[in-house]
Amino acid sequence: MKKQTKTINLNFGPQHPAAHGVLRLILELDGEVVEKIDPHIGLLHRGTEKLIEHKTYTQALPYFDRLDYVAPMNQEHAFALAIEKLLKIEVPIRGQYIRVLFCEMGRILSHILNITTQALDVGALTPSLWGFEERETLMTFYERVSGSRLHANYFRPGGVHRDLPRGLSDDIFSFCTTFPKIIDDLETLLTENRIFKQRNVDIGIVTKQEALDHSFSGVMMRGSGIAWDLRKSQPYECYEDFNFKIPIGKNGDCYDRYLCRIEEMRESVKIMKDCIKKMPSGPVKSIDGKVTPPKKKDLKNSMEALIHHFKLFTEGFRVPKGEVYTAVEAPKGEFGVYLVSDGSNKPYKCKIRAPGFSHLQAMDYLLKGHMLADVPAVLGSLDIVFGEVDR
Amino acid sequence: MQLTISDLEKSVNSDLTTSIKTSKIIFNQLILEIDLENLYSSILYLKTNDKCKFKQLIDITAVDYPKKNQRFKIVYFLLSHENNLRIMINANIDEKSSVPSITKIFPSSNWMEREVFDMYGISFKDHPNLKRILTDYGFEGFPLRKDFPLTGHSEVRYSEEKKKVISEPVKLEQAYRDFDFESPWEGTDYINKETAKKNKEK
Repeated sequence: MKKQTKTINLNFGPQHPAAHGVLRLILELDGEVVEKIDPHIGLLHRGTEKLIEHKTYTQALPYFDRLDYVAPMNQEHAFALAIEKLLKIEVPIRGQYIRVLFCEMGRILSHILNITTQALDVGALTPSLWGFEERETLMTFYERVSGSRLHANYFRPGGVHRDLPRGLSDDIFSFCTTFPKIIDDLETLLTENRIFKQRNVDIGIVTKQEALDHSFSGVMMRGSGIAWDLRKSQPYECYEDFNFKIPIGKNGDCYDRYLCRIEEMRESVKIMKDCIKKMPSGPVKSIDGKVTPPKKKDLKNSMEALIHHFKLFTEGFRVPKGEVYTAVEAPKGEFGVYLVSDGSNKPYKCKIRAPGFSHLQAMDYLLKGHMLADVPAVLGSLDIVFGEVDR
Repeated sequence: MQLTISDLEKSVNSDLTTSIKTSKIIFNQLILEIDLENLYSSILYLKTNDKCKFKQLIDITAVDYPKKNQRFKIVYFLLSHENNLRIMINANIDEKSSVPSITKIFPSSNWMEREVFDMYGISFKDHPNLKRILTDYGFEGFPLRKDFPLTGHSEVRYSEEKKKVISEPVKLEQAYRDFDFESPWEGTDYINKETAKKNKEK
């Protein structure tokens, strides 16, 4: 006698605490086993790329904070680098160091959020309470340097908006000395935790070949044992000056990805410490007056500075014709910006390559044959933020 | 031994002579322009060739030039980890022609092609599931085309009478003004249009 089976369709999200935002999944289940997943995305689509085409380069920059809103400055970095390449301007060395300092801070911000919410998804509440306290500290650093906790708009073409306020680097340094202890505490809660391991080990395995085929990058790729990090392999800014390791996983499962993220946070702390120790003095933004606005002090008594300031904040600067693709190693993977300029003061086309887009695409593939309860675990380890997936 | 970017240009040019229209190196990235007919085979070659090893597709996008005869330029970004090189592949296409889907070569191109279709209305041949991805259910038009207005055509709101979300044509209190800064006095587009209108009336 043939056994009759019937698949059930289940609608997951778009308002679900484990969906990490507004993700809608149509699950096809056979009992508790997932047969097919159809992710519906775009519920947070804001038309960023279209809006950027209608704004000057300076006005377009804040849109990048709103993509991956847990690590805003890393996104700004990619756009600023693209403009600088087209303009062929150099960033002063102090500006570069400040950028690296804040990019690594962004990495820690993103990884804390991911690790703790992943733990939350599989049933552990405490890590998120501990982790978010540290995120708050980091966000006050963001606030002190840019005036805003989240949407910083701090990296500008040619450097950073302004120099570090007095006392900030000492405070960041003291954070760097205490933070490894917090990572240890998080690890005592999770790394050897029986439930956490049961939910993550051997779940959502990605082989090397699959990581390549599915356009994975960042931790999703390193978790599978491919040692590829743009900070090392295609160094941008001043990453060559720093000595850091690239943690890689072995099995490519959710647990390895968690371990990679923990180790990456430790490396980021090292880079930040190094950065503050080595921090050179000098200007923080390019001295090219046609790109960077004049100092506030000069506005009071220099007519020329006033004119420059006015022109830069109305018309903006013009970028020579050309096209460029720049990528940075954002916390979630390769974040790229493809910029086409037609010589005017607005980008002709700006395509944003978000790592989460390709990661989410592989959901169906990763979860086929897994149990329903593994869906949030895998989703958590993919590190999805809808700001960047939907754009 | 690792391939340098100029070595790559030479070897690609000698192997794909017939299909490459132009090739140049800008910002340490090779940019190839390829005919639409040879696009599929060229990408397959770049992935499978032992020298090139472009095993990862980074992204697919398009650029719209409404004034050109062949309106769209479709762009593929590939990355080779072994050689640590990037490549950009361009092909010019017009509004009616469809592009061969590369989902068989790179599975990840599925959503990327869907996105290009959604944003530009470029269709892909042999795509397993070519439907909209980012825009709303029931959306009309292709938002990233240059002739699509920034405000869109319709807006949604909750209707108290009908007790559901309804969509209606966009009504704006003030039109979006696009300054072009050609000259501080007569550069802006809307003034130009008004003066042209007045002159016509005269």
